[in-house]
Amino acid sequence: MDQPSSSHSSSSENSLLATRRALRFLTCGSVDDGKSTLIGRMLYEQGLIFDDHMTALQSDSRKHGTTGEEIDFALLLDGLEAEREQGITIDVAYRYFATPRRHFIVADAPGHEQYTRNMATGASNSDLAVILVDASKGLMPQTRRHAIIASLLGIRYIVLAVNKIDLVDFRQDVFDRIVAEFTAFAATLAFKDIRPIPLAARFGDNVLSSSSRTPWYDGPSLIAYLEAVEIDEDGVAQSFRMPVQWVNRPNAGYRGFAGTVAAGAITPGDAVVVLPSGQTSQIKKVLGPQGAVDHAGAGTAVTVTLTSEIDIARGDMLVAPDRRPQVADQFAAHLVWMSSDRLLPGRSYLMKINHVTLTASVTELKHRIDVENLDKLAAKTLAMNEIGVANLSLARSVPFDAYADNRTTGAFILIDRYSNETVAAGMIDFALRRATNIHYQPITVTKAERTQLMTHKPMVLWFTGLSGAGKSTVANLVEASLHARGVHTTLLDGDNIRHGLNKDLGFTAGERVENIRRIGEVAKLMTEAGLVVLCSFISPFRAERRMVRELLPDGEFIEIFVDAHLDACIARDPKGLYRRALAGEIKNFTGVDQPYEQPERAELTLDTAQNSAATLADQVVAELIRRRVF
Amino acid sequence: MNWRQRNIRLAELEAQAIEIIREAQAEFTNPVMLYSIGKDSSVMLHLALKAFAPSKLPFPLLHVDTTWKFREMIAFRNETAKRLGVDLQVYTNEDGLTRGVSPVTSGASIHTQVMKTEALRQALDKGRFDAAFGGARRDEEKSRAKERIFSHRTQTHGWDPRSQRPELWRVFNTRLKAGESMRVFPLSNWTELDVWDYVAAEAIPVVPLYFAKLRPVVERNGALIMVDDDRLPLLAGERPREMMVRFRTLGCYPLTGAIRSEANTLEAILHEMRQSCTSERQGRLIDHDESGSMEKKKREGYF
Repeated sequence: MDQPSSSHSSSSENSLLATRRALRFLTCGSVDDGKSTLIGRMLYEQGLIFDDHMTALQSDSRKHGTTGEEIDFALLLDGLEAEREQGITIDVAYRYFATPRRHFIVADAPGHEQYTRNMATGASNSDLAVILVDASKGLMPQTRRHAIIASLLGIRYIVLAVNKIDLVDFRQDVFDRIVAEFTAFAATLAFKDIRPIPLAARFGDNVLSSSSRTPWYDGPSLIAYLEAVEIDEDGVAQSFRMPVQWVNRPNAGYRGFAGTVAAGAITPGDAVVVLPSGQTSQIKKVLGPQGAVDHAGAGTAVTVTLTSEIDIARGDMLVAPDRRPQVADQFAAHLVWMSSDRLLPGRSYLMKINHVTLTASVTELKHRIDVENLDKLAAKTLAMNEIGVANLSLARSVPFDAYADNRTTGAFILIDRYSNETVAAGMIDFALRRATNIHYQPITVTKAERTQLMTHKPMVLWFTGLSGAGKSTVANLVEASLHARGVHTTLLDGDNIRHGLNKDLGFTAGERVENIRRIGEVAKLMTEAGLVVLCSFISPFRAERRMVRELLPDGEFIEIFVDAHLDACIARDPKGLYRRALAGEIKNFTGVDQPYEQPERAELTLDTAQNSAATLADQVVAELIRRRVF
Repeated sequence: MNWRQRNIRLAELEAQAIEIIREAQAEFTNPVMLYSIGKDSSVMLHLALKAFAPSKLPFPLLHVDTTWKFREMIAFRNETAKRLGVDLQVYTNEDGLTRGVSPVTSGASIHTQVMKTEALRQALDKGRFDAAFGGARRDEEKSRAKERIFSHRTQTHGWDPRSQRPELWRVFNTRLKAGESMRVFPLSNWTELDVWDYVAAEAIPVVPLYFAKLRPVVERNGALIMVDDDRLPLLAGERPREMMVRFRTLGCYPLTGAIRSEANTLEAILHEMRQSCTSERQGRLIDHDESGSMEKKKREGYF
């Protein structure tokens, strides 16, 4: 085995290297298309595999390898033990290498079908994608999938690496057919450049230098192409944008706004607008990593001071007065769903966008995208690895650009509020103007004034629990007791609401979310009228109960958990529903084939096993007296 | 001309690291910077000072001292804290010390487990830190290549490589539940050579052990171990020899192999790096206990 010749290159040694940004590229393809082998080969050809790594690789190849006596380059990249044992790459791995002409950061994205999310992750930080196709198999459904994801994530440069060309005897007609098929398919995608290259990565053909075994191919080798390709930088020619990341206040006399320039450039003296407030000012000083500078462009981490004192917080955006970003609390976006918990329209998620974290929900899922042919499919939810187009509604207005215009200021993530898991990647398409056209009607009689006419505070009493637990029975007794004490009440009950306001809704998880959202809004309006509102709903999901809680001022939402054992409810079965659900006649029945999430911090828990309904109602009234509701 | 106009790539790495450091400061309530005294820590500290200028460093440095660091490292650490006016906290696992755990008597893995991994967990719990910056780079080791920039840790500081959060663009999910914490790696995308290029470009002071000098060493299992004090028991027939050596990476002195080198200037180190055929952690004896050993240590809470 020949030792690779070492030729580490340094940025400081070679001016050509230093004056260019690193090329960030992604490799993707189906399982067994040879991605890891290709990257391993590139490192090897550049003499970038260290001797001790090579020794470890030789021993690993004998233990886990799939290439017989030869070195298995894939093992160099499959880092984690579990992967080595299972022979698959689970996650995105990043590799760094340099040739004498350029630095590279390679994201190795897995080809396994269920790992779309990792591919999207790798693509979000890449400028170019190398899509591998096995010449002996041709285009696979996953080849299309990867091309579509790359396109959606804003990658504009593609290398179509037709690998294992040795398996088809280096035939040009096979190569040409695959290229023609891919080019026809990709015509609908947003690529600026597609470069097909025939490869035999395992043997190095056309990896570093042109192969004599493909005399019909007169284009560059893969590495030669990657060294030469110029990526049009979206951000450079644009108007100035800087999301404020941190406010720097060393003393009362200094207020600096720290952040990374996302687009355009600034110079002291430039006029700026602060969004979303719209206030205007002028740049006084720009502090870069080397101290005060008279110019800072995209990608620079700066701290700026302004000539006037304006209140600016993390998440505000400093922008040039011309061509401002949009400011809205509703927009349409593409979502890549990344969680095993499905998307529920109406559920409240956390959105992180340009250093702001705020609550947001999907108001309408317009369609799902078939990632093998771009067809629009009707959908009520998104499962893991699915991509859809949705309208989102945010807790307040934020500044942003379309993702197609700026990959930094147009991107966001959604986070689950309980697990803190990142559930989706989002790319903004456009603001929805609807939001800006609805103005709140000014109200002259306020909630406080209405409440003064009452002898008690407004309040929502939220009874949650399994079907048949006794929620409505207890709620009715409580209402009677309150009424007798002169408290103005009303009662919202699952059945009466579903026969009227919500009769268009069924019982899927998504429809249950919308059901509770509407009830929450109605309950809120009624508290604004000064009423005590008793709500009796199964409301099986914590997230929705929390959503209602957050609609109301602190202390005006009391969650009452009517705790009954499932077996007891099934035995009681007042409406015969459990019998039918267990027989499979009713779908999505809480406790049978849909989960009930118990409250974690209910204000009151009622133990139905030990107490009569009248006793439990007394406990609720006692709690209200303790809280001085009346 | 400022070097940043010539070396766009290094300037980009610098800007990204500053952005990461600021993001953590803005998002967490009580961050701390792990300071291991090595070149990566020196670079990370330098970047943090830039990130918050003209404010002072808004968080403390934490050094987990195994009591087996090279004497020159400790001197450099104290001098650095004084020169920069930063809040340096030093933590040692006193329980391990009392039990007599040392690299000489207990072996590399137990010493690392007790005096580094456990000590770090104790120090993070004691300080109630919800985020800890580390100078680790993805190019160091295979399992590090898949590490996140913001890497989630459970309440017991464990790392689960299968349930890592996807990291998209530069939008970092920093949410934590009570008792959980985050490890933050601003130098994730740097290579060893980038670190040296930056040390040279910004004239950042580093421990003199990185530069070649005549030092007393003994050769064990192919590694050159420096006899830094009289705690290193010499084996029969072993006699320290003065050799021209330097260190590529710094840890506990009995566990850190020196390399033969004449490189006694930054220029010479950079030149030597470009010729090198071995990886940086090759001199780290703790990584080679068994295959996959770095991943095991990381799951348990090691950096």
